[in-house]
Amino acid sequence: MDAISAAYWRPVYKYVRMRWRVDKEDAQDFTQDFFARMVEKEFLDSYDPDKGRLRTFLRTCADRLFLNQERHANRLKRGSSAVHVSLDVDEAEQELTAAPSTESPEDYFEKEWVRTLFALAVERLRAQCDAEGKKVQFELFERYDLGDSETRPSYAELAASLGLAVTDVTNYLAFARREFRRCVLNQLREMTGSEAEFRREAQSLLGVDPK
Amino acid sequence: MKYLSDQVVSRLQAAVQSLDLAGTRYRALKFLGRGGMGTVWLAEDAVLNRKVALKVLTSDSGSEYLASRLMREAVVLARLEHPGIVPVHDAGTLADGAVFYCMKYVEGQTLDQHIANANLRERLQLLQRIAEPMAFAHARGIVHRDLKPSNVMVGAFGEVLVMDWGLAKVMETTSADTGNSNDGGAASQAGAVTGSPSTSHGTVLGTPGYMAPEQASGQVALISERTDVYGLGAIMSFMLGDSIDQQRELPAPKPLRAICQKAMAAEIFARYKSVREMSADIGSFLEGLPVSAYRENIVEKTVRLLRRHRAAVVLVAAYLLMRVLFILFSRR
Repeated sequence: MDAISAAYWRPVYKYVRMRWRVDKEDAQDFTQDFFARMVEKEFLDSYDPDKGRLRTFLRTCADRLFLNQERHANRLKRGSSAVHVSLDVDEAEQELTAAPSTESPEDYFEKEWVRTLFALAVERLRAQCDAEGKKVQFELFERYDLGDSETRPSYAELAASLGLAVTDVTNYLAFARREFRRCVLNQLREMTGSEAEFRREAQSLLGVDPK
Repeated sequence: MKYLSDQVVSRLQAAVQSLDLAGTRYRALKFLGRGGMGTVWLAEDAVLNRKVALKVLTSDSGSEYLASRLMREAVVLARLEHPGIVPVHDAGTLADGAVFYCMKYVEGQTLDQHIANANLRERLQLLQRIAEPMAFAHARGIVHRDLKPSNVMVGAFGEVLVMDWGLAKVMETTSADTGNSNDGGAASQAGAVTGSPSTSHGTVLGTPGYMAPEQASGQVALISERTDVYGLGAIMSFMLGDSIDQQRELPAPKPLRAICQKAMAAEIFARYKSVREMSADIGSFLEGLPVSAYRENIVEKTVRLLRRHRAAVVLVAAYLLMRVLFILFSRR
């Protein structure tokens, strides 16, 4: 459940902000309430993987809960639930402001889902590289693949700045990407509702059937 | 958690989807599919500025056996230069250790997709065109062992290509080797790859429904070109059966069913000796001639002859009718 909350709170929060045009505090309350209810009411039990993706199910549940709360005007106040999910809404707000979207809320939710998946996989890779003493590999990956600038540094530039041979840069980057791919698959497994959904998502996202 | 911009997300998506082609002349464009031995990618050859297909065994598959099998497939393909066999351009190992080979990118449909709109005659002609590269491969001592509709591509211009030679078996000697000195050279080259991983007795490789009994039971020593005759018969059976389901045509004519049955006979020596012989029988049917696999009765023979000589029969009938009418009117 922690994994689901960690992976989905950001897409849900941003989706509610976009879709229902609620302010920051209400979106935060709603997101907190949504995940608390997910635990307390165990509504994940009613999810049927054969009928659709987990993320579509969660988005539909968020819509239903929001409309229900609007109708009964009984939104829970922050902290009234026994379950608490850690939300860094300030960071999410900055992201919303920095990259305003012109897509439909549904498409935006999908995109945020992919972004969160990759971001969590990057964190996994960072932790793994730290634990295995492969910080150089992660640093190369970070500088080559995670940089925001349009132009990426060349392998030769990276090699010179880190005091490595160009072949080492090639090998280290290949390692980091291979491990990143593995991290994405592991993260994806936690974010999907069934083995069949996991394989479908992996096929569509990564172009692989993770046999 | 680090926020990833749209640009970084799409870059990462491309990185995990794509191959590590650093240091090669290729650039990955698109994932095409997964085969029995690896993944197939559409790529661009930056030197010749053309699209190619890369078949890659990922380095994390961890199997030296599979890697050597993929290389062996490339070597086999390189020796089969025929318009009906997909040509291989290059082979090697990528920076991350993944073994790959590069082949022509075939734009088109697999046979099962293509035949949806084909009539019976077109289907039979397609079968004959599949038989051509197979006869060529057999003459060079190579048995495909995985003939099935999804391993046959029909290109945008109607070209037929037999794909996926990953299970191909290189025979030790063939009749063609002894009869033709040029072919003998090719066969000896093919023989050079028999040292790489071969299939041991008891190993079952192939596709259920398209595998000959000797293949399905792992009797590797009994594998021969008649194993591919069985595969071609299974494809024919699929094509005839499909025609019944999809277009609600009448069941396939008896001679065609007999060709199918002979090709798919459980007893190896009851099958056609070669795909060429089977193709000749299909050709005979198309031309309205008797087929070797079917003994017709007098009625069937008469109907066939009437159909074969339909124009002449119509002309003679018209002539006789006119004569009769002329006699009748001239008596009045």
